[in-house]
Amino acid sequence: MHFSGLRVIREALTGHKGWKPLWRNPEPQPAYDYIIVGGGGHGLATAYYLAKTFGRARIAVLEKSWLGSGNIGRNTTIIRSNYLLPGNEPFYEFSMKLWEGLEQEFNFNAMVSQRGILNLCHTDAQRDAFRRRGNAMLLAGADAELLDREQVRAMAPFLNFDNARFPIKGGLLQRRAGTARHDGVAWGYARGADMRGVDLIQNCEVTGFRIDGGRISGVETTRGYIAAGKVGVAVAGSSSRVMAMAGMRLPIESHVLQAFVSEGLKPTIPGVITFGAGHFYVSQSDKGGLVFGGDIDGYNSYAQRGNLPVIEDVAEGGMALMPMIGRARLLRVWGGIMDMSMDGSPIIDRTPVEGLYLNAGWCYGGFKATPASGYAFAHLLATGRPHETAGAYRLDRFARGYVIDEKGVGAQPNLH
Amino acid sequence: MLIPHPLLGPRDAQEFTYLGDAALLNRPDGMAEGAEAAFAEYVYLRDNPAGVHRELWFHEQGDRSWLVVTRDTTTHEILGAELARDVKLKGGAA
Amino acid sequence: MTRLTGGLIDRARSLRFTFDGRTYSGHPGDTLASALLANDVRLMGRSFKYHRPRGVFSAGSEEPNALVELRSGARKEPNTRATVAELYDGLEAASQNHVGPLGFDLLAVNDLFSSFFAAGFYYKTFMWPRAFWEKLYEPAIRRAAGLGSLSMQPDPDAYDKGFLHCDLLVIGGGAAGLAAALTAGRAGARVILADEDFRLGGRLLAESHALDDAPATEWVARAEAELATLPNLRILRRTTVFGAFDHGVYGAVERVADHLPEPGRQVRQTLWRITARRAVLAAGAIERHIPFRNNDRPGIMLAGAMRAYANRWAVRPAKRVAIFTNNDDGHRTALDLAAKGVEVAAVIDSRPDARAQGQYRLVHGLVDNAKGRLGLRGVEIDSNGRKEWLDCGALGVAGGWNPNVHLASHHRGRPVWDEALQAFVPGEGGPCGLIIAGAAKGQGSTAAALRSGAEAAAEALAQLGIEARPADLPAAEDAPAGLRPLWHVPGKGRAWVDFQNDVTVKDIKLAHQENMRPVEHLKRWTTLGMATDQGKTANVTALAVMSELTGKPIPETGTTIFRPPYSGVSLSVLGGGDTGAHFRPRRLTPTHEWARAQGAVFIEVGPWMRAQYFPRPGETHWRQTVDREVLATRKGVGICDVTTLGKVDVQGADAGEFLDRIYANAMKSLKVGMVRYGLMLREDGTAWDDGTCARLAEDHYVVTTTTAQAGPVYRQMEFARQCLWPELDVQLISTTDAWAQIAVAGPNARRLLERIVDGFDLSNAAFPFMACAGLTVCGGLRARLFRISFSGELAYEIAVPARYGQALVERLMEQGADLGAIPYGTEALGVMRIEKGHAAGNELNGQTTAQMLGLGRMVSSKKDGIGAVMSRREGLAAETRVLVGLQPVDPAQPVLAGMHLFAEGAPHRTETDQGWITSACYSPHVGSSIGLGFLADGGARMGETVIAANPLQGQKVALRVVPPHFVDPEGGRLRD
Repeated sequence: MHFSGLRVIREALTGHKGWKPLWRNPEPQPAYDYIIVGGGGHGLATAYYLAKTFGRARIAVLEKSWLGSGNIGRNTTIIRSNYLLPGNEPFYEFSMKLWEGLEQEFNFNAMVSQRGILNLCHTDAQRDAFRRRGNAMLLAGADAELLDREQVRAMAPFLNFDNARFPIKGGLLQRRAGTARHDGVAWGYARGADMRGVDLIQNCEVTGFRIDGGRISGVETTRGYIAAGKVGVAVAGSSSRVMAMAGMRLPIESHVLQAFVSEGLKPTIPGVITFGAGHFYVSQSDKGGLVFGGDIDGYNSYAQRGNLPVIEDVAEGGMALMPMIGRARLLRVWGGIMDMSMDGSPIIDRTPVEGLYLNAGWCYGGFKATPASGYAFAHLLATGRPHETAGAYRLDRFARGYVIDEKGVGAQPNLH
Repeated sequence: MLIPHPLLGPRDAQEFTYLGDAALLNRPDGMAEGAEAAFAEYVYLRDNPAGVHRELWFHEQGDRSWLVVTRDTTTHEILGAELARDVKLKGGAA
Repeated sequence: MTRLTGGLIDRARSLRFTFDGRTYSGHPGDTLASALLANDVRLMGRSFKYHRPRGVFSAGSEEPNALVELRSGARKEPNTRATVAELYDGLEAASQNHVGPLGFDLLAVNDLFSSFFAAGFYYKTFMWPRAFWEKLYEPAIRRAAGLGSLSMQPDPDAYDKGFLHCDLLVIGGGAAGLAAALTAGRAGARVILADEDFRLGGRLLAESHALDDAPATEWVARAEAELATLPNLRILRRTTVFGAFDHGVYGAVERVADHLPEPGRQVRQTLWRITARRAVLAAGAIERHIPFRNNDRPGIMLAGAMRAYANRWAVRPAKRVAIFTNNDDGHRTALDLAAKGVEVAAVIDSRPDARAQGQYRLVHGLVDNAKGRLGLRGVEIDSNGRKEWLDCGALGVAGGWNPNVHLASHHRGRPVWDEALQAFVPGEGGPCGLIIAGAAKGQGSTAAALRSGAEAAAEALAQLGIEARPADLPAAEDAPAGLRPLWHVPGKGRAWVDFQNDVTVKDIKLAHQENMRPVEHLKRWTTLGMATDQGKTANVTALAVMSELTGKPIPETGTTIFRPPYSGVSLSVLGGGDTGAHFRPRRLTPTHEWARAQGAVFIEVGPWMRAQYFPRPGETHWRQTVDREVLATRKGVGICDVTTLGKVDVQGADAGEFLDRIYANAMKSLKVGMVRYGLMLREDGTAWDDGTCARLAEDHYVVTTTTAQAGPVYRQMEFARQCLWPELDVQLISTTDAWAQIAVAGPNARRLLERIVDGFDLSNAAFPFMACAGLTVCGGLRARLFRISFSGELAYEIAVPARYGQALVERLMEQGADLGAIPYGTEALGVMRIEKGHAAGNELNGQTTAQMLGLGRMVSSKKDGIGAVMSRREGLAAETRVLVGLQPVDPAQPVLAGMHLFAEGAPHRTETDQGWITSACYSPHVGSSIGLGFLADGGARMGETVIAANPLQGQKVALRVVPPHFVDPEGGRLRD
């Protein structure tokens, strides 16, 4: 079924009787050519591009819970391509370009909203670093602007310029950045994949891999054994757990990141704003809630919830940056489990098990990467070669010394 | 969270800085043959269990001792805490 | 104004307040909602999506409809629930989310087109043409978005944070909570009793039941009086426990002054972090409604709320009311209202065998429609197919009660379905140490709640080894509710499930039709439960409707859990006082006051405030000042406070061995009385920090770190000492704050220092470059002297106990007047270190290696230093970018840090990028801008011209590659 404004009008006038299920609830087949483990954003996008762009068939996505229940269902919805390092920036810019045509591509309004991201700087050294980064972005074909204090004031007059512990000296602006409706992204990919014959199987948890002579032959699940030609794992947050079933240890720790939304308010915040002297970032959704976040709690966790100190710290950062939000109320806090990798950058690679592929280590940057991650993973699964923008995301980069460490903090996941 | 400091009793986790898996106690010998492979594993690979985890916390806003805390990563329940120094002298983290 | 008899209001006093500009009056004890109802105001707000007119629906914090902007100016507080806003004299409130007057909202046009706005409609349209989303569709959506508005001014009130500890935290001060508090309080346990209301009693205040044959309020008053006498018990009124966190930590907000016109000298709210060994959740239950067509008309409310308004606030919801029920609670409401003289038009009971319990008309049937857009005028009754319009101004709906499981599910423990109760009750996996009591676990009758509360407290204390007997309890009603489930009234038209977000039964049907059936899909597709009330009155009903559609029982359809906070918490109180200028602590150096007196301009350096430069009269631009400071230092002598550099004192027989392992280069071989430059690596082989290491004695070293890494380096050294090599005899202490350290640099530095040392030989032979010593200065002051140089000049750093730092600087300035002594700040310090080619934070950014810094040979392979092994990895060895100096071919051209470097003639793209400029400044010594940067194969390209590109600011500059030392490359000056 094609979605359009006309369709919405026609259905409205005829009692909405014509709407069809967004996807089927198929029973698992005994065998597939491709099994994607994980029905989150990256898994669904992978299945979508595998079917649509790479023309593959006999594909299943296995999801232990409901579609989109991973971190695509619990994030702060920011999309951007404002990275520094050459291993990252072209990939994220590729992702940004996919975002820009995504809704027309999969015929679903995921509310991709390019209202910009403004990173504030508070010291000269930070401004120098922004200049280096902004230039790196431009060199990779992205957009970037370096703003001075007065330009920042013109964009966001409500920021704390006068009574701040750390003065605002300027900012790095990416106008093409913004937000997208996170669930809509998952649903758009799911629906698009389903329309192309992909079996989306919910409530089907993978409980083991069947490996014969170093080659994958299928997966054990709570709904029985399913044979597979190739298996791609995209289960950020649980990557270590799942890959341990294939005998692998990963350069990843699982950490909880809390995210926050306020009660609905009349819109006042133009795009995404990030505070450079504390860890705080905020945008305002199309429903009016302030959506914000800060640091991870900092200890290994699979509990999908965090603690008060970080909640307070985030609020302190928010109040320090924009004291006019004080009378607004926090509506909801939730926690997502992040694959925090050892250099802060992801992994899209084959594994030592032939036919088993891994997409992991997204830290808290996985949402913005969804389109490119799916595309690049599909590329790898279909062709056996890494996508040109994802060539640096190899598993062996740690042992070989080709890490991609944007923050320069080394092999300590909770600092990335 | 509250961390049961073996010397000081329960202390707020906010007084501590977290490092990670207590396997970091087991630093390979840098002068040994094949040290590079051993270090690559030591520096980068983690068990990252969902369940009981032995991990290092530094009492930075306190007595500056490093602790090995045993904690369940699925419930955050803390099962014990020892001085890292004692653990290391007894042969390191298992 | 119409008031009934009785109630817990102080009729002796009147409070004036305004709503939408009109003045009304109420009494102490009122909420804004009760006072508005007493003034016959029924229309209080608008819904989110369709802008439907709405009135008050509940009498508590679950309120979805009656949200207002409270107060005005900078104190304006959007989305405030009128049902919990305590009335005070002069209260101002305004309705929100409408264009035009509340009674004639232009955006109510949305309601006419509601069919087009069915669940998920926006995912299906607004896609063409692409550019229209940001330009047209989204701006239109955002204009309609949100509820209340921010004042856009900083919050003028003060907030506080506090910590509390107790044996038992009792959450909720109703029947169960009071019984728990009495039980635990009498047993001598340390107890905190917290209730969100301004009055203890919970539902006891809203009901007409007797306790021991007296009004319940009398028992509440006695209990309260007794609790007040217990020194081991603390009552927190107006305090919402909003979250359950790990290890018995609960977050709570006390609204200290929200019931006052202004906080005055008090804080407005306090954030309590309560650490409780055990807790009893006695948060009661929330009544559910029964969706039917147009069930959102102002005047339709929960039956329990109707009783609360009548009994507690002496307010009648209307002259003539009707009740719609599926259990005995509806009849109780009718009796209470009738007893207060309110006309009960009928009780419509869905149970065919229900019997009237008093003198009122009972109809066996359903309510299937309502009329009265701005205020209910009547309901349509369907009694076995016989339809009838019944005139009434209010309808109470009693659909049963949902235990308030909110906090019990904060650790993601899922509630379980109780078939007998037809409700979810807390299940396994709740917060450790939390015991549920009373209506929150389905013990809803007054007697059961009292009993359950007392037992829960006794159980909790028993777990702590404190003996407690359940409190003796008054006799109370113990009637079963007699509920027969009725989840919604079938029929045409829209029947609201979630009021605030306008989610109707039809929307749930559509979600089912479109296969958005898992409960999380249902919520996200329809926005059910996403409003300010988190679906407290909607979620379970929606699940039941979905269960009906799928044909699966409710527990198989799903459960829903809640996230903190229980109800909205202001961001101000979460931030506490730690905002604005107090966001982070501010560290001051020992010479701060002196520098301020000299007119220094300060700059933030991490937590520190450092003197950036010292302008003199007549200097109009910072560059003038900095150039002067640099030149004067290089010509005479400059003085700079470098206390912020980290200092670690290392002592013990194995100190040298320990430092050999900490540093990339050797330290054990350092001679006593000498200093060595040291480079530390991270274990991953990356350059991490640099500084000096001075050996004061065989077993005593002093290590300095950069300002930024002082904490992390110390932490790492303790890690190495305790976790890696506890067998070494070595002790560490950070002495950053103990010593004031002052750099004295320039050709006159020795002459100046000679005037303050106590008979110490500073000659080059006796105290050469890189020497160090302990000595006394200024006639007996303990000091340490290091002959080290960051500026490239003859230089020393002298350390004295921190409290003498300012006196030392004053003495140096006084003694150096004829030597041209001047103070210099971080800016001149930076210029001189760039001129000398020393690496600093911009070069040591955690992404560079010793090899890149030109220090590759310092990494010893003869010992097991941290990071040495990993620094030899293929990827690090293959890196060709090294630190070089860069000078513009045309001296007038700028050099800026962050420019990227390219070969001449090469295109400017990621693939051709050859490096970047790390640091740059104007060099008064060179007479142009200069820079340091990392350049591919830089060592082999001396004299070559490269292009520095800054497309961000439209600049492109030709630079000559030079060695990184612009001043005295041979180092003669510092050795003189």
